[in-house]
Amino acid sequence: MSKLVPPIPKFLRPAPPRPGQDGPGRNGGGDENGDGNGKPGTAVKLREGAAEGGTQVVGWLDERSGASPILRGMLFRKVPKGTNWFYTLGSATMFAFVSQAVTGVFLAMYYNPDPARAYESAAYITNEVFLGELVRGMHRWGSTVMIILIFLHMGRTFVFGAYKYPRELNWVIGVLLLVLTLAMGFTGYLLPFDQRSFWATVVGVNINASGPVVGPYLADFLRGGAEFGAVSLSRFYAMHMLLIPGLIGALIGAHLYLVAKLGTTAPPWLKAEKKSLSQEKI
Amino acid sequence: MTRRGVMTGGALLYGGIASAAFGLPALGFALGPMFEDGTPDVWQDVGAEEDFNAETYVPKVANIVADIGEAGKTTVYLRRLDPERDSKSKSDKGKEPLPYVAITTRCSHLGCPVRYIQASQRFVCPCHGGVYDFEGKVDGGPPVRPLDRFYTRVTNGRVEIGERFSVNSELERFSPRDPSNHLDGLWQYLYPSRPST
Repeated sequence: MSKLVPPIPKFLRPAPPRPGQDGPGRNGGGDENGDGNGKPGTAVKLREGAAEGGTQVVGWLDERSGASPILRGMLFRKVPKGTNWFYTLGSATMFAFVSQAVTGVFLAMYYNPDPARAYESAAYITNEVFLGELVRGMHRWGSTVMIILIFLHMGRTFVFGAYKYPRELNWVIGVLLLVLTLAMGFTGYLLPFDQRSFWATVVGVNINASGPVVGPYLADFLRGGAEFGAVSLSRFYAMHMLLIPGLIGALIGAHLYLVAKLGTTAPPWLKAEKKSLSQEKI
Repeated sequence: MTRRGVMTGGALLYGGIASAAFGLPALGFALGPMFEDGTPDVWQDVGAEEDFNAETYVPKVANIVADIGEAGKTTVYLRRLDPERDSKSKSDKGKEPLPYVAITTRCSHLGCPVRYIQASQRFVCPCHGGVYDFEGKVDGGPPVRPLDRFYTRVTNGRVEIGERFSVNSELERFSPRDPSNHLDGLWQYLYPSRPST
């Protein structure tokens, strides 16, 4: 097992034995052997103290939270043979969501959802704020990346047949996440409040209004009234940064729980291997 | 009825009451504006009577939402009513027709701004190719009803516009509707009017 330990930096290794003195073992693991011949160097003491302290802190948390079995089940669960890069698309989508959430939080520090001020504040982020162009650009392009990734992830699940029993519920949750992600794109598009985003949102809201019976009410709910007015922008902003991300976060939790509970599927091209009983036990 | 059942039911009941106590007001708060008439009932002066004629439309800027600057303004196309050329509206039976025709630029397909082109005497929408004739009735493309209009009146030689209203293909007046909502045939029953207006 000691071969698996990564190499220890030089300054943490025990000093080599002085000439004419019987030293400890050749490597840093000398003390573990229990040979009390050589006194461990200060570096070793430091390392051991740190390791012990770390163990104590982790142990203290684990004893009170019982987290380690959960974490072990999550992180060291078995994956089927043939698991490949396509299986990372879900994590990639979640990473895109986290990056949207982080950049979004910081954009909210400068953005002002007032019809008279929104465009100026968005322009201020791009032109004046340090790294503002980068953060806004990441949020703007990241939204597209997230939509592309979520569709690829959905396509992978479909093509691999990973939506079948017992994973139908996870497919349903995934579809809800897809709809919510598209809703994020729709509500976020208005926020720069330039001509393009304004008219695109007017058309988008009116597409909602074109639905029979419920359409007019849905459009009124989105606008917060009969006309595209003062509350429409703040309504879109609240949906974009509070309502929908909260729902997405909760559903991602349920999605991941089901993945950990049910496990992943093998790719469809992998044939089930015939094993003897003794092999299956392993 | 067991003691346990009463306790469970009571806990659920009180939890439900407590959740409804904040949940229902919050829901009403979010949905309230749907039931309010958000458009101001004010008459806006758009110019003197001499500014307009019966042959062509004159674009004027009017406010449809107060206090939000440019986003609350819209262009309105105005001309004097031509009793010989304009078709009679059923809504005007036994009444004086509106003295001026004030047509909104909001396309009745999906709400893009239309433009009046005098050479062809038509309104054209840049988004999806909706075309309307001189009276704002649909000539082609996807729109489902004529362009909306505004009430007009003349006070002391000044032309004023009031609330917006929608019209069907016979120019009968209806409360203002969203673009894409039908007002003719069986379709009109699938698009209810707002509770407020």
